Amino acid sequence: MSADTSELLKTPLLTLHEELGGKIVPFAGYAMPVQFPMGVLKEHIHTRTKAGLFDVSHMGQVVITGPNADRWIETLVPGNIVDLPLNHIRYSMFTNDQGGILDDLMITKRKNDLFLVVNAACKTQDIAHMKQHLANGLTLTEITNRALVALQGPKAAEILAKFCSDVDKMDFMTYAEMSILGVDCFISRSGYTGEDGYEFSIPADQAEPICRALLAENDVEAIGLGARDSLRLEAGLCLYGHDITEKTTPLEASLLWSIGQRRRTEGGFIGDKIILEQIATKNIAQKRVGILPDGKAPAREGTSITDKQGHEIGVITSGGFGPTYGGPIAMGYVKPEFSALDTEIFLSVRGKQMPARVAKMPFVPQNYYRKN
Amino acid sequence: MTIYYSEEHEWVSVEGDIGTIGITDYAQNALGDIVFVEVPEVGSDHDKGDEVAVVESVKAASEIYAPIGGEVIEINESLEFEPAMVNEHAESDAWFYKIKITDLEELDDLMDTKAYKAFIANLD
Repeated sequence: MSADTSELLKTPLLTLHEELGGKIVPFAGYAMPVQFPMGVLKEHIHTRTKAGLFDVSHMGQVVITGPNADRWIETLVPGNIVDLPLNHIRYSMFTNDQGGILDDLMITKRKNDLFLVVNAACKTQDIAHMKQHLANGLTLTEITNRALVALQGPKAAEILAKFCSDVDKMDFMTYAEMSILGVDCFISRSGYTGEDGYEFSIPADQAEPICRALLAENDVEAIGLGARDSLRLEAGLCLYGHDITEKTTPLEASLLWSIGQRRRTEGGFIGDKIILEQIATKNIAQKRVGILPDGKAPAREGTSITDKQGHEIGVITSGGFGPTYGGPIAMGYVKPEFSALDTEIFLSVRGKQMPARVAKMPFVPQNYYRKN
Repeated sequence: MTIYYSEEHEWVSVEGDIGTIGITDYAQNALGDIVFVEVPEVGSDHDKGDEVAVVESVKAASEIYAPIGGEVIEINESLEFEPAMVNEHAESDAWFYKIKITDLEELDDLMDTKAYKAFIANLD
């Protein structure tokens, strides 16, 4: 059932995935496990109740070194990075001159540099984009000799603390360099599931033994891309290329929260004119919202959204079944006048008009760790 | 009672001119966790090859095509409330619908158990 992987890029964990019975598929040019024998549904529930281990080594890891790297990256992203405290992480996005989103990314401010994690499918163009705009005195390095794995779920902290004391005391969206089984790791308390958890960057040749040790824990299971997608959808998190693209601005994508107050007045990033104008006038063409179909049938990406009269008012960009929510969930773009909570909308599913409602996201409560 | 199989992984169990139709164990396994099943309406008429049902798994929606033509006389209402039954009992309790078969000769195009087993063995 598995794809021919000979033409695909391989993460340092591919052999382990195959040994665990992972169904390997091509994803962003990489051979990745979409699911393990447990199946997507159980993998999803396991992550929400215990802890799931994900290989995300296909994502790009980039380091920007040099003076005022934070000030420089603010010319490419609308997030407030200059005021980001040391060893803290911020979610932001690269924008184009139309205010559209080129990619979303995580930016960590480290002692001597910025550590970025970008999407696999975008990393080549992201790196080209940064190099094109790179300021004098800065160096961009793509890290290709480290794996990236995520341990996510309510048990993640307790389990990782067995291998790395004090990791459970880190605050959410903070960063630390600590050793796991004697191996130096870049540890971020963050993730893409709506759960507490960590993403950690490990030297490639040490990734497999560390993952094996984690998987030997009772409450840890290997989780594939299928459950990663349903987990992030329930958490209301965007998937680049689907829920956010070059054609959607941060405001349209309901990501205004990620734009710092100072940046909203100062601007100074690519596309700032359009984005600041949208913030001031609230005049946007479309808005990303959560959607709950009334019935039981899931509505998939590409499903047309209409008003009661059948006029098209938008499209679903991610949709499926939420295993923890226990029913169909979706997100998509609608015209702003239809974006208020509880607005009745209709989904064209197999020629039928299926009633649905604009709903609050996340669809399940977030379970992030906060110290205070 | 004889059971026939289609290349699209449906099964038809035939008694007289009544056919009971479902998807095979191979199909449910390939689809993964099933979360929604839509079956045709009682009284509707379908030709062989018509799109009659939809199965949604956590991964994707799959159309089910009528392996044989006829009028739908009964549907499995349990599937609406317990779609996951299809993962557990694809070839027994989780049948989709029953029809009055229009043309029994259409069964000649389907496979018997042995031929279907050989067919799926070649797919892997």
